[in-house]
Amino acid sequence: MDAAHSSAAMLVSNYVFPNDLHVHWSMMIVLYPYITGLVDGAFIIAALYYLFDVKSLRPVARFSLLFALAFLAIATLPLLLHLGRPERNFNMLLTPSPSSAMAGFGYIYAVSMGVLVFIVLFVYREDLVELRATSKGWLQLLYRAMTFDSIDLSKDALAFDRKIIRFLVGIGIPITVVLHGYVGFIFGGVKANPTWSTPLMPVIFLFSACVSGISAIILAYIVIRKVKGRSIDPDCIKTCIKTLTLFFIMAFTFEMLEVFSHSYLKSGYHHMVEGLLNGPLASSFWLWQVKICSVIPLFVLGVMGIFKIKDAIYNFTAAIVSAILLLQVLIMRWNVVIGGQLMSKSARGYTEFHPEWFDKEGILAVVIVMAIPFIILFVLSKIFPFWTTDNETNVK
Amino acid sequence: MMDRRSFVKKVLNGTIAGSLYLVWPMGGDSLEIPEEIPGIKGKDYDIHHQEFAFIVDITQCIGCGSCCVADKREYNVPDGNYRTWVERYVKGFSDQIYVDSPHGGLDGYQHPRTDIDEKIRDTFFVPKLCNMCKEAPCVQVCPVGATFISPDGFVLMDEKRCVGCAYCIQACPYSVRFLNPVTKVAEKCTWCYHRVRKGLLPACVEVCPTGARKFGSMKDETSEVYKILKGPGVLTVLRKEMGTFPALYYKGARREVI
Repeated sequence: MDAAHSSAAMLVSNYVFPNDLHVHWSMMIVLYPYITGLVDGAFIIAALYYLFDVKSLRPVARFSLLFALAFLAIATLPLLLHLGRPERNFNMLLTPSPSSAMAGFGYIYAVSMGVLVFIVLFVYREDLVELRATSKGWLQLLYRAMTFDSIDLSKDALAFDRKIIRFLVGIGIPITVVLHGYVGFIFGGVKANPTWSTPLMPVIFLFSACVSGISAIILAYIVIRKVKGRSIDPDCIKTCIKTLTLFFIMAFTFEMLEVFSHSYLKSGYHHMVEGLLNGPLASSFWLWQVKICSVIPLFVLGVMGIFKIKDAIYNFTAAIVSAILLLQVLIMRWNVVIGGQLMSKSARGYTEFHPEWFDKEGILAVVIVMAIPFIILFVLSKIFPFWTTDNETNVK
Repeated sequence: MMDRRSFVKKVLNGTIAGSLYLVWPMGGDSLEIPEEIPGIKGKDYDIHHQEFAFIVDITQCIGCGSCCVADKREYNVPDGNYRTWVERYVKGFSDQIYVDSPHGGLDGYQHPRTDIDEKIRDTFFVPKLCNMCKEAPCVQVCPVGATFISPDGFVLMDEKRCVGCAYCIQACPYSVRFLNPVTKVAEKCTWCYHRVRKGLLPACVEVCPTGARKFGSMKDETSEVYKILKGPGVLTVLRKEMGTFPALYYKGARREVI
């Protein structure tokens, strides 16, 4: 890099400001946008069915909502693990500073959670009414509350439910977009960091969120159905893959546009961004994020879209490509969050990050945090059936 | 062997004598706190009509590290974190810039760099500390208002409110903030606000043997900082392009200084 910029007025002697040696936002802050991204993408799938009447998504529509709920339920966990003084977290809600983007988190999160819970309760009202009839004691009380104390399952009542669901999903879309776009803005709004400081950041985060969420739904649907020995709806998978293709093209385009903009505009400390991508992040960005986890899936998705493929092979490929894209988004979050901090504000050097195993933001904590939503999902599946029996009718 | 009665007597006497120390004037008040910043000591401090400036004169800094030692002692700064530090700039004839700051310059720069394989054109030291920005990014991004600008222009921290999210650390273009590993909250240089309110100079200014660190009131026309800032000399601020409008000025800073 020195050689490439030997004529520049400001040269790099790998000097890192003493306070920049430590990476303050580590793996929990990588996980947080990853988790909200999964919520976002899953919600998009549900919205396509409940609001935009994409009928082929019916098999995964309910599951998507529960998946989103399970992950949204733990979205605050990585943040709490990250905070130096987690016991003071309510300060953000009680005495927020209006000038800070971060201060909006509590409110945006609470509204998202509220809307999602209501959608789930209305979607599952029929099931909950049945459960209420067969339960006793405090469980019945719980089901009474969850059914809004209504056992009316008449045609009119269910039609009204559907209207409410459409309305809630309608307002849920901008809320979800804000939830994740805001996360991107948290980074995009840091002018001191040249890799973060771009208005593209919320857009990139949003599209990659949709990619990760849709990929997760495809993978989970295929795996769960296979494990349970049940059939997979080919139309549903095809629609999911087409939607995924669209969002991934957008996400990847914007990710590359950001790099191109830095390189073309040559603004500010662009040499540091270039040095970062070609130096400490050369492997995790160019090799893993771009070549392995973006170019290959893009090619595979293209083949899946153009050629006629047998259902079994299509499903297998869909699962593989979804898994790769889930990894792509995780690596992208890593490269943005941790990668961005490797660059010292001295504009003269890069620090290093070595993840720890047993730290509260360590690898073990990451595994535990990511396992919890699946436990929640398992518990939810006992109350809210993932799949409806009539889903099977159009399944080959 | 002391019997029980005399033991109790001795303890009682000792307790009474010891408690007298609490009420007896020991002459501590006769120690005069020097008036280092005129116009503050013994007067009402009108917080809304105060303005201070800090000037770092790079041409006078010898890289002794006294300021860093004073700062570390004043605040018990944990190892590896720095409220202030001193950088050493070395410029070669190839225009290559070599910067380092081992232990933040805490040990002083007692030996020349031996790893530079070219003829040295120039070398100088750059002390770093909070820039006390008028448009402080750290204040803007703090989600709980724990960081704020006082009416007299100091960017301060309320450590009882800070949640330790480290957003301010990300937002500071000068990297003068850190998360204290003991208190788990963000910490930064305050220009020794507690001293200034008593009419004392910041600890680093007081110990600087060459006067490279200058601090004073802009309401006092006789102060050195007033004369320099209102005078014809050229002063610069760090990272002007960030639009933070620092109240920390540098005299003699080369263009290579970031």
